[in-house]
Formats: sequence, C-alpha cells, structure tokens
Amino acid sequence: MAGVRVLVPSLLRPVTGGQEELRLEVDAGGASIAELLDAIGAHYPLFNRRVRDETGTLRRFVNIYLDGDDVRRLDGLKTRVAAGAEVMVMQSVAGG
Amino acid sequence: MANNAEQSKTTYLLAVGTKKGLWLGTSTDRADYTFTGPHFLMNEIPSIGIDTRNHNTRILVGVRSEHWGPTVAHSDDLGTTWTEPEHGAITFPPDTGAALERVWQIQPDAEDRPGVVWAGCEPISVWKSTDGGEHFELNRGLWDHPHRTEWGAGYGGAAAHTVLPSPADPNTIHIAMSTGGVYRSTDGGASWEPRNKGIGAGFMPDGEPEFGQCVHKVARDAGNPDVLYAQNHGGVYRSDDNGDTWNSIAEGLPADFGFTMLAHPRRSGTAWVVPIKADSERIPPGGRLAVHRTDDAGASWTRFADGLVEPEFNVVLRDAAAVDTEEPVGVYFGTRGGTVYASADEGATFVPVLSQLPDVLCVRAAAVEL
Repeated sequence: MAGVRVLVPSLLRPVTGGQEELRLEVDAGGASIAELLDAIGAHYPLFNRRVRDETGTLRRFVNIYLDGDDVRRLDGLKTRVAAGAEVMVMQSVAGG
Repeated sequence: MANNAEQSKTTYLLAVGTKKGLWLGTSTDRADYTFTGPHFLMNEIPSIGIDTRNHNTRILVGVRSEHWGPTVAHSDDLGTTWTEPEHGAITFPPDTGAALERVWQIQPDAEDRPGVVWAGCEPISVWKSTDGGEHFELNRGLWDHPHRTEWGAGYGGAAAHTVLPSPADPNTIHIAMSTGGVYRSTDGGASWEPRNKGIGAGFMPDGEPEFGQCVHKVARDAGNPDVLYAQNHGGVYRSDDNGDTWNSIAEGLPADFGFTMLAHPRRSGTAWVVPIKADSERIPPGGRLAVHRTDDAGASWTRFADGLVEPEFNVVLRDAAAVDTEEPVGVYFGTRGGTVYASADEGATFVPVLSQLPDVLCVRAAAVEL
C-alpha cells in the first residue's frame, strides 16, 4: 500500500477540516479518480458534493489534474491513479 | 394592539440575496438598518425563506456557486452561524438521473403546519420538507408528470419558481414554472393539473395554450385563498376560482410586463406589482421606477414612487420583492442595479436601505424575536 496525495484548493479547505492535502492509500492496482473521491467523500461528504453533483458527474467548472494533466483529457473520473501520484482539484474560470 | 413600549422592541429582519452573497439587516423602524454581510461571498443567493413559526427564527437560503454547485443552508441565530446538511438538503434520487441546478424558492407552509417547508427548483421540481428545511423529498407527482417533456426553459433556466400552499386546505398547492405556467394540486401533491385558462402566451403560436405560459410570479389573496394574482410574461391576471380561470387586471397599469407579484398578508384585495415596459424593453416605463398597488383586487391601481431614485434602468426580479406581516405592512424590493428599498407604510413611501450591491435576486422580510 502506498499513498496518493490530493491537493485541496483553499476554497474547499473549510469542508476538509482545514487540510490542504489529503493522503489516501491505494493498492498495487491503483484507484480511479472516482474511487478516490468516494473515499474522501466518506469522511468529508461536503467536499464530494462540491466537486461532483449527485449523479457523480464532475462539476462543469471544477478541474482535476493528475500529475499536471487534466483528467478530462485522459479518461475522466475513470482515470487510473497509481501510488505516488499527485491529484490536484481546482476551480476553473467561471463567473463575472 | 401593541403599545408603544412593545412596538419599540420589535426587530425587523431584512434578508437580501444577491448574485454574490447575502446581506442581513435588522431595524427597529424599517428605515434605518444595520447590515451584516456579505455572507456566502461569491455565491449566488436566489432563494430565502424566513421561518418565524418557531420561537427561534430560522433563515433558510438557497446557495449556488458557479464552481461548487447548489446547496441549502440554514441559520437559527440570524446569520451568525450556518448549517449545511452534509449530504444535502435537496438532492435528486439516483433513479431520476437528474442533478440539482438551483433552488429558486423556499416557502414555509402555513402557521398551523410547523416544520413543513416547500422548495421549487431547477430542473423543474417541487420538494417538501417536514423537518424545517433540513431535508426535502422530491414530489414525484410533478417529476413524473406527462407534460414534463413539453415544459421549456425561460432565460433564467427551467424552474419551478413559485410554490403556494393554501392556508385553507393542506391538500391544495399552486405552483408556477417557467415555462409551463400555473399547475395546481388538490390532493396534497400526488397529482397536478395545468391551470392557465385565460393567461396569454404571446411568444407561442397558440396564444392561449393549456400550458406552456411563462407565468413569472403568483401570489395568493390572504382574505380569500381561492383568489390568486399573477404577473405573467405579458399580462397581469386575477383568478377568483382557485386558478380555474384567469382574467386580466392590467388596465390602469403603465405596462403589463414585470416579474413580481405581492399580496397583502391579511387584507383581501390588496396587491403590488412593479411594472416593466415590455418583453422587448426591459426597463421601468420611461426609466421611472414605481410600485403600483391595488386595493380593489385589480380594478384600479395607484402609482407610488416617493423615495425611489430616478432614473432607474434596472428591473426588479421575481423574488426580489417581499412583504412582511406587520401593521402597517412593510414592502421591500431590490433592483438588478443593487439598490434595496424599504417601505413601512404599505408602499406609499420608500427609503433606500442598501445600494450598489450585486444584482438583487431575492428579498425577504419579517418581524423576529431576538
């Protein structure tokens, strides 16, 4: 078992108990982004609701990067994440 | 009748939801307010419900972030702290395949139904809570309605924006949606029938369809719950038969377009509108903002503009106006230009109590116990 780092944007830290970074254990086969979000959501339901709607879809103006790559350009929430990776959740450009 | 000493203790709460946050004001005279805010900075607040049915006033707000989505929060201490149910007060059941976009309406039910709160949402849906707004259940009768595929979206989105439970009958509820028009249930929400006969739909080939109208707001007459007033997307109407038929009451108004409709909380026949020139010219007529009040159920209207700044080229949105339940009744509204007005004399005179806010989306007011 080894860890995956999930970086939390400042606007979502109030719903992760102030944590800037969450560390999740994954087994040798890794985990999908969706599975990582499920695991975080078990402890921090509001974090999960901010990032995904109730159908499990990534919100339109939320981006997730896996080691710097936008997961929408990979395999979306099915993108596999291996131990040692860094997952960054960020708000995208929106609003006026 | 309260004596002066008792009146001086009354605290008036004014809640202003905008495109970028919530402001909460308290006052002892409905003219000078002390405001806190913005609460929920950078979040849109399209809906507010002030529930005074319990000893502790509860403020419920629909909150929506462009990034992080919609939610409902509530405060039992006038905004000092807020609570958001971890799994969401309003979430679509998995079998619907739908996701909440925006909470357009939060409506506490009648005095004798404590704990019951209704919500109207986008996508078009109605919800009922029996625990004071902490958790809502989807109304399946409307969600599964055969007309659903034919309902459309107004400019602001496809939403049930008005929910009016009848104080006279717990089984009767009227709703309004854009676009779809007025629907009524007489079986507690199990089934819904369109009730738009007489209401125009000038934007459709058939000018008076069974449904499909873009009714902007409906209010219920307090003295006679079978009487309803509607501000349509073109047209101002009254129904005397619980929504079965509607007749124009626009004569005497400078324009029949607008978004708001307010009814007096006790006196039958009194209602307020804020006219807008036209669908194609969305400004107050002549750039002169005014509130129009009827005291005879729409037979005649009186224009009031004392205290309103001129010129004004911003509109007043459908929920950006409210009345309280005091004597005399307070009337409040806010513009998309961010000015909020209060009247302590039923709309005869207004004072600006906030200005230069973001677009005002929702205004609610009530006398509260501190």
